[in-house]
Amino acid sequence: MVLENKEIIRMEGISKQFPGVTALEGVDFQIHAGQIHGIVGENGAGKSTLIKILTGALQPTSGDIFVDGKKVIISDPIVARNLQIGAVYQDLTVARNLNVAENFFLGQIPKNRFGFVSWRKMTKKTAEVLKELNIEVDPNMILEKLTAAQKEMVLIAKQYFKKYKVVIFDEPTALLTSKDTEELFRIIKKLKKEGVGIIYISHRIEEVFEICDTVTVLRDGKKIACIPINETDIDGLISRMVGRNIDNMYSITHQPLSKEVLRVENLSKTGVFKNVNFNVNRGEIFGLFGLVNSGTTKIARAIYGSEKFDKGSIYIDSKNVRITSPSRAVANGIGFLPEDKKTEGLAIKLSVRHNINLSSYSNISRMGFVKRKLENKNALQQVESLNIKTPGIEQIVLNLSGGNQQKVVLAKWLVNQCKIFIFEEPTAGIDVGAKEEIYKILELLIKKGSAIIMISSYLPEIMGIADRITVVYEGTQMGTLSRDEFDEKKLLQLASGVNLKEDNIR
Amino acid sequence: MIKDKVKKIIGKVKRLTSRFHEMNILLVLIVLIISFAILNNRFISLGNITNLLRSTSIIGVVAIGMTFVIISGGIDLSVGSVLALSSVIAAKLMVSGVPVFLSIIISLATGALAGLLMGIIIYEARVPPFIVTLAGLSVFRGIAMLLTDAKKIVGLPESFANFAVMRVFGLPAMAIVWLVLIIIGVVIARYSVFGRNIFAIGSNPEAARLSGINIRATIYKVYALGGFTSAVAGILMATRLCGGSPSAGSGYELDAIAATVLGGTSLTGGIGGVFGTFFGTMIIATISNGGNIMGINPFVLEIIIGILIVLAVVFDHLQKRRGI
Repeated sequence: MVLENKEIIRMEGISKQFPGVTALEGVDFQIHAGQIHGIVGENGAGKSTLIKILTGALQPTSGDIFVDGKKVIISDPIVARNLQIGAVYQDLTVARNLNVAENFFLGQIPKNRFGFVSWRKMTKKTAEVLKELNIEVDPNMILEKLTAAQKEMVLIAKQYFKKYKVVIFDEPTALLTSKDTEELFRIIKKLKKEGVGIIYISHRIEEVFEICDTVTVLRDGKKIACIPINETDIDGLISRMVGRNIDNMYSITHQPLSKEVLRVENLSKTGVFKNVNFNVNRGEIFGLFGLVNSGTTKIARAIYGSEKFDKGSIYIDSKNVRITSPSRAVANGIGFLPEDKKTEGLAIKLSVRHNINLSSYSNISRMGFVKRKLENKNALQQVESLNIKTPGIEQIVLNLSGGNQQKVVLAKWLVNQCKIFIFEEPTAGIDVGAKEEIYKILELLIKKGSAIIMISSYLPEIMGIADRITVVYEGTQMGTLSRDEFDEKKLLQLASGVNLKEDNIR
Repeated sequence: MIKDKVKKIIGKVKRLTSRFHEMNILLVLIVLIISFAILNNRFISLGNITNLLRSTSIIGVVAIGMTFVIISGGIDLSVGSVLALSSVIAAKLMVSGVPVFLSIIISLATGALAGLLMGIIIYEARVPPFIVTLAGLSVFRGIAMLLTDAKKIVGLPESFANFAVMRVFGLPAMAIVWLVLIIIGVVIARYSVFGRNIFAIGSNPEAARLSGINIRATIYKVYALGGFTSAVAGILMATRLCGGSPSAGSGYELDAIAATVLGGTSLTGGIGGVFGTFFGTMIIATISNGGNIMGINPFVLEIIIGILIVLAVVFDHLQKRRGI
């Protein structure tokens, strides 16, 4: 007996402000029992913020949440769990070293009459649930030994087992093959039949049409539409997702493209990307665009030598180079600015001075000893020319703002006199003002004749800044467009793999 | 006018103290020394101070290498065993007629090689340093025991044995070796590319790798350095004991770690320094020496040292949290 259409959750006027950024603005959202409700939007549209608020990971600046008609405050994830709101995340929050049954019962292990763990009960119950959902996994298997798809199925089964009222799927198919995706959809439909409310977030528009009943479109933190899926089509959805005019934030002076600096030929890595070809010229910003897990990051890291590749060659100034490690890349004049500055770009506990000189010490030393004067000069010069806001060069970079940290990473490569810069999501997590400054710096770099590879999954940014864009979908290069061919809809279609035959994908 | 000048001086002092975060620990050391000196004038006597420096020099030297290893984000539990192995090798060579100088060189090389070997395993097989050096603790002690049949090797040349009581400018020669190594250590940490890279790796290995730093070479070198300082300590131990003892230096790994941590080096890597370790070593030595002179129960002293170590780390964490 399932009560169709009973409202489980209602979010009203949800807003969320981060320092300098409005992530959500007055968003309404409802989920009904037995409904599969899709949320679509570009990166930065506010999808994950909305979900984080619902699961208690973030608190809204304003707005109310009602569960079964009663107003609730979801102050942390435990409250969300008690309200029977569950989520299946991409990063698979599981205890990797425990077996399937233990993961099911995590936190509430059943005991037998002697007070010991009742393995029999645990295994039996888990096996029952798995069987009910037709998932072929042994309850005694250690989770780590399962495939990504199996892990995800187990996680979903756990939500089912816990009888959650609402289950959130955040990019559930990112790691799955098309066969596994079918399996996933079967289980989601089973949950739906049981009266569970399902929130489904995916970059893959076609999937949304395949599985969802209703879809909410977010754009720049606002709700644009909430429509039944059969009242729209892919084109309609994509134009609702973009439909924004690019403001002049991105108006930078482009340079005439002259000499080729970098060329990549047939770069391939089994199962990750294949036959990637492109070249980057002096003074060019070359965009690599793709949605989550499209492989753009892996391609860039392969060029930088931090990720291995199977086949293909890289030419710098028409010379074939073998880049087997980041230090080889640096020696060849390539600098890399990772998306996650704190964990990959900076030695966060060390000073501005130390970080700026981090990759140049062998150039500014004599017989293994650092030339202090030169080191200080480098640091002071960069702080001055990049306008890095810091009390001094001895300041620990941890204490700087995101934008200034990004500048420190950039300064590191400027000191090292790189000629090719790889920017991975250059403005992720920094506020609007700092973004503009970063763009100005990019402008300056190409003016000086550097070549830039920019990876961005934020469409307005890459369209505004890049000279050319190559679009990657699941490791396949879908096409390269030059500036006069840029079109939001076309880029998004290429990046979503729309019009791509199934058998071409893998 | 005067106010401005005072402000300027205060600013300068502040900058200096913020630059050397070892200042806090130096302050503790000074307070300790002054209080012991006031409480008992025997403590400050020349004889006691030189004795203190001499007896502390061996663990002090071990702690220098340990500091580098810990800054790099690792740990070295094998130091005591490497110390024993090097002292035994030096003693054996000397007894069998090899010139003193050559014996010392070979012994030091052995220590560095032992460290290098562990560094290679740590980097290439990605085995946690704790495990590799724990194995080293066992293996090198075993080798030292095997080489000597678990007996102390005696009959070292007089010229070598005399080193322990030798004085240069009134200071014990052993202490001079220690102080010189501290200065070299500070220079390496602050002014060499190698030192910069150790801090970078300890702070964030992934960022260091992506910055093009040669992690392999740095890890190899840092453990070789750890082995080398242990070997120097082994030589000092041999001259002090007038022989090579295969059981020497057991438990030194914990003392060295204690001194390093007390000196403000972070066990998670990336933060620390050799001066701090020097002060940390001196604090522990001062408490046990001063306490002994005052007739305080040595077990009580052990408790005090333990509490001090915890306090130092808690203080460190509080400061860090304020920083964030």
